[in-house]
Amino acid sequence: MIRREEIMAAALARLILDPTAPPARHIAVGAASPIPAAACWLVRVLGHDVRLSLLHKHHGNPFTEGTRELFDLAGQGRIDLFFLGGGQIDGSANINLIGTGDWPGTAARFPGSFGSAFMYLMTPRTILFREEHSPRVLVPRVDIISAPGVSPPGVFRRGTAQGLVTSRAVFRFGTSPPPLAGGGRGEGAAQGRDTPANPTVGGRFTLESVHPGETAEAIRAATGFDYDAPQVVPTTPPPTQDQLAALRGPVREQMLETYPEFCRRVWAATEHAA
Amino acid sequence: MRQVSLDALAASVPDGALVALPPDNSTPPHALVHALIRSGKRGLRLFGVPVSGYATDLLIGAGCVAELQSSSVTLGEAGGAPRFLAALAAGRIVMTDATCPAIHTMLQAAEKGVPFMPLRGIIGSDILAHRPDWRVIDNPFAQGPDPIVLLPALSPDIALFHGVMADPDGNVYVGRRRELATMAHAARQSLVTVERFIETNLLEDERLAPGTIAATYIEAVAIAEHGAWPSALLDEYPADPAHLSDYAQLARTEDGFRAYLDRHVFHSRAKAAE
Repeated sequence: MIRREEIMAAALARLILDPTAPPARHIAVGAASPIPAAACWLVRVLGHDVRLSLLHKHHGNPFTEGTRELFDLAGQGRIDLFFLGGGQIDGSANINLIGTGDWPGTAARFPGSFGSAFMYLMTPRTILFREEHSPRVLVPRVDIISAPGVSPPGVFRRGTAQGLVTSRAVFRFGTSPPPLAGGGRGEGAAQGRDTPANPTVGGRFTLESVHPGETAEAIRAATGFDYDAPQVVPTTPPPTQDQLAALRGPVREQMLETYPEFCRRVWAATEHAA
Repeated sequence: MRQVSLDALAASVPDGALVALPPDNSTPPHALVHALIRSGKRGLRLFGVPVSGYATDLLIGAGCVAELQSSSVTLGEAGGAPRFLAALAAGRIVMTDATCPAIHTMLQAAEKGVPFMPLRGIIGSDILAHRPDWRVIDNPFAQGPDPIVLLPALSPDIALFHGVMADPDGNVYVGRRRELATMAHAARQSLVTVERFIETNLLEDERLAPGTIAATYIEAVAIAEHGAWPSALLDEYPADPAHLSDYAQLARTEDGFRAYLDRHVFHSRAKAAE
């Protein structure tokens, strides 16, 4: 049986390897993100040359200047891809990690913004990831903006959300063409780090696929924000045999130290079967 | 540098002080925090560098805290920080939200002795709208309009952290967690606990010197064996996730939290007095 976590990891890996997106040479993954971490290891294990900086990993932590070094790297444009989630995510790809109700989260308080207010604007590509797919999480408009999905022209910004992966579907986030010639997709990170491009104007989600067992109608009902969708919505391709073997073997091996509970929950049966 | 007892170190923190604390995964001074609670501190203004966890939740629950500035407050895998959430909902603490790189930058400005430093990103986040102390100017070096955030230098009254070892001169080894060095450089004084004292000078060893914070910045040091527990201390000992999870469970109620304090915080005074 293919686990939902494995479908999500494969969907994230597909977004990471999207040839039309800016290159992902250096990917950073924040704390408490087992499925994005699994997707990154999957990409690596299947032979793609990416540098992974996994925060909170005891061994293989690449930073010698403390946690601030991640932000310094991102500030320079040396982190190509980052993952963000949100207690609320809206149709403009704004994320809310602070809380619902009035400031600072009078109805329900979330943990806080972490580095999102910086990383979202500094990273050429962000993949939004949230397992819960419900009108409570995917809202028309976030109550509080931790980090904006789009910025007005003139605000320095390298990129925005590439897409959103949930436990039920995959969305793409599309934006108007970048205003600067030469600052187009695939070039932003490699070019001058001080080019104040802002490729985010006019962002909107499009439903790309629904996971096996889901329908386009059910996703529409479970999504609080408006989005575009094709006439016929494809099903998210399940992981291939190679991907499954990688996830259950070397990927799991890499994840055990940082996410023992996750590995037990998702892959315990595999371990016994093996 | 003075070598003092753990309780004397705690006693030297004045009520109302602006106190910088590292996060749970970065050599947190948990034995010292327990001692602060035993000494009945009031009105502390905590500064999470750059995020907050167990220590902050404990101090808030014990009534030691008036204000908190941080980029997030969470117990990580153990879930939300229950005493923080309760105090915020009841209006017992004033919360100032930040974002991780802004915290580092404010300390870096203080470390350099300059009044402010710029940081990219943040524009469009509601954090900025609730920070009258953060300003937006036009980058004076840009050709056209280029808004950028300025952050004021921030010097904590006191930085508290736990190191692995101290030498006879008061130099303290913290390994690669260099954000602790920035915190110590920026603070008016640092009060430090260590696992042990060593006989030789850390700065005379080329392998240890880069992970050492010089005695220049350190006011006093106390021995606290297992002083980061229930968090990990570098490669000295691992975290105790079962304990943190028990704490998260107990601290859901005021009574449970009091029982936790009796068992794990006040109990250790009885042990020390034996």
